[in-house]
Amino acid sequence: MIPGKFDYYAPTSVDEAIDMLVTHGSEAKILAGGQSLIPAMRYRLAVPEVLIDINGLTDLNYLKQVNGHLAIGAMCREVDLEESDVVQSQYHLLADAAEVIADPLVRNQATVGGNIAHADPANDHPAVMLAYDATVVAKGPSGERTIPIDSFFTDLFESALSEQELLTEIRIPTPGANSGGAYVKLERKVGDYAIGAVAVQLTLAADGTVAAARIGLTNVYYMPMRATGAEAALIGQDPSDEAVLEAAGIAAAAECDPSADLRGSAAYKRDVIRTLAKRAITKAVERAR
Amino acid sequence: MSQHNVSININGTEHSHDVDARLLLVHYIRENCDLTGTHIGCDSTSCGACTVIVDGRAIKSCTMFAVQASGKEVETIEGVADGGLHPIQEGFWEMHGLQCGYCTPGMIMCAKTLLEKNPDPTEEEIRWGISGNLCRCTGYNKIVEAIQYAAEKINQPEAASA
Ligand SMILES: Cc1cc2nc3c(=O)[nH]c(=O)nc-3n(C[C@H](O)[C@H](O)[C@H](O)COP(=O)(O)OP(=O)(O)OC[C@H]3O[C@@H](n4cnc5c(N)ncnc54)[C@H](O)[C@@H]3O)c2cc1C
Ligand code: FES
Ligand code: FES
Repeated sequence: MIPGKFDYYAPTSVDEAIDMLVTHGSEAKILAGGQSLIPAMRYRLAVPEVLIDINGLTDLNYLKQVNGHLAIGAMCREVDLEESDVVQSQYHLLADAAEVIADPLVRNQATVGGNIAHADPANDHPAVMLAYDATVVAKGPSGERTIPIDSFFTDLFESALSEQELLTEIRIPTPGANSGGAYVKLERKVGDYAIGAVAVQLTLAADGTVAAARIGLTNVYYMPMRATGAEAALIGQDPSDEAVLEAAGIAAAAECDPSADLRGSAAYKRDVIRTLAKRAITKAVERAR
Repeated sequence: MSQHNVSININGTEHSHDVDARLLLVHYIRENCDLTGTHIGCDSTSCGACTVIVDGRAIKSCTMFAVQASGKEVETIEGVADGGLHPIQEGFWEMHGLQCGYCTPGMIMCAKTLLEKNPDPTEEEIRWGISGNLCRCTGYNKIVEAIQYAAEKINQPEAASA
């Protein structure tokens, strides 16, 4: 399968890339890792007239701990998350997700920025970033702005980024004391997109009840979603109580809206979410203790 | 559509051609450079038959444009044997790591970077490491044994050949 015709540009700076986005407007697409875009172009689901390859923007490939948050450059590859000591030791939810995204060959090339910018509800990072309450940094012709993750995803494959903006960084607040996170994903085979997956990041109070919790769900809604009903079922409650876990699981299953496909019926997927939510919460609580 | 002059170092030899922007690296390698050891299995980024090493990382060459590899160093299956068979190739031979052989070039390229990163992998790490490469024949056990053979041989050249 051969992609459609396009003109190819390889800017060497962020500003040059933005100038190109301004010049080419809706005809242009950014090419990051290409692991979603190139398959879509081969199937002619995407037929951009212009590709702006940002692989030369090596200054966007970083992963660093700065005051109060982890800054992930848009061109940071998935493999860099897997190999990062900071991620493995302090960002367990992110570390859990990094090793179940696609397969090792895809992870060598795929970028964190691309995973989020693509705004695919089947991708794993959107739910993870929703649970972390991350912030997206975007740069366009009128400068830089930050977008809270809660207002970043707007529709299927649609985000708050304008056509002239580049996603440059993702910021994850450093988890505080008594915090824990976990990502639990069910897939048909290793390397596949999720049948369903649950991302949890929570903080425990001194008495062991849940002081704060955010939960994101993967591939069970037309866009990336937060399970606010499940969060509400947890907050103020004792997470070692099976009835509390069950209530959170049932709430998550009720508020998602999966569609039936090769990965299963809607009813099956809801039950997957109920079960995975309980498992993810339990794992996050263990890590928070 | 834009045309580009690409120069790619493949297995130590410079290759240079004028190509369309949309030419995929796997087609460049097979059709422009006549290096047909790199296979196309699924054409949908799922099987890993097209795995090559670009600047030290194993990637699916059906999911990169040739123009993106310009100026880079690419290693394909044709570059793996150096005088005699590479220990990984020998492992596939000795341990019956292939049947039809279609997945083998991709498996070997992936295994090569796996052993470069982690010279003494556990069985679990090998299985995880090749999880982007599909094999429809072997059931993987023999492939895992082939990579274990290679790891041993690379770590203790005497012991494995004795
Ligand atoms: C076989 C296979 C299995 C996969 N399984 C999973 C999985 O289980 N979980 C998962 O999460 N993902 C999975 N993926 C998707 C993979 O992680 C993608 O790489 C990822 O979704 C997109 O990242 P990319 O860097 O490849 O982006 P690209 O494909 O280059 O771009 C994707 C989209 O985002 C836009 N874009 C990219 N970067 C920017 C930026 N900085 N600013 C603005 N726009 C930008 C592009 O224009 C394009 O529209 C899989 C892919 C394959 C091929
Ligand atoms: S042909 Fe490239 S992954 Fe199958
Ligand atoms: S040996 Fe036939 S596909 Fe692997």
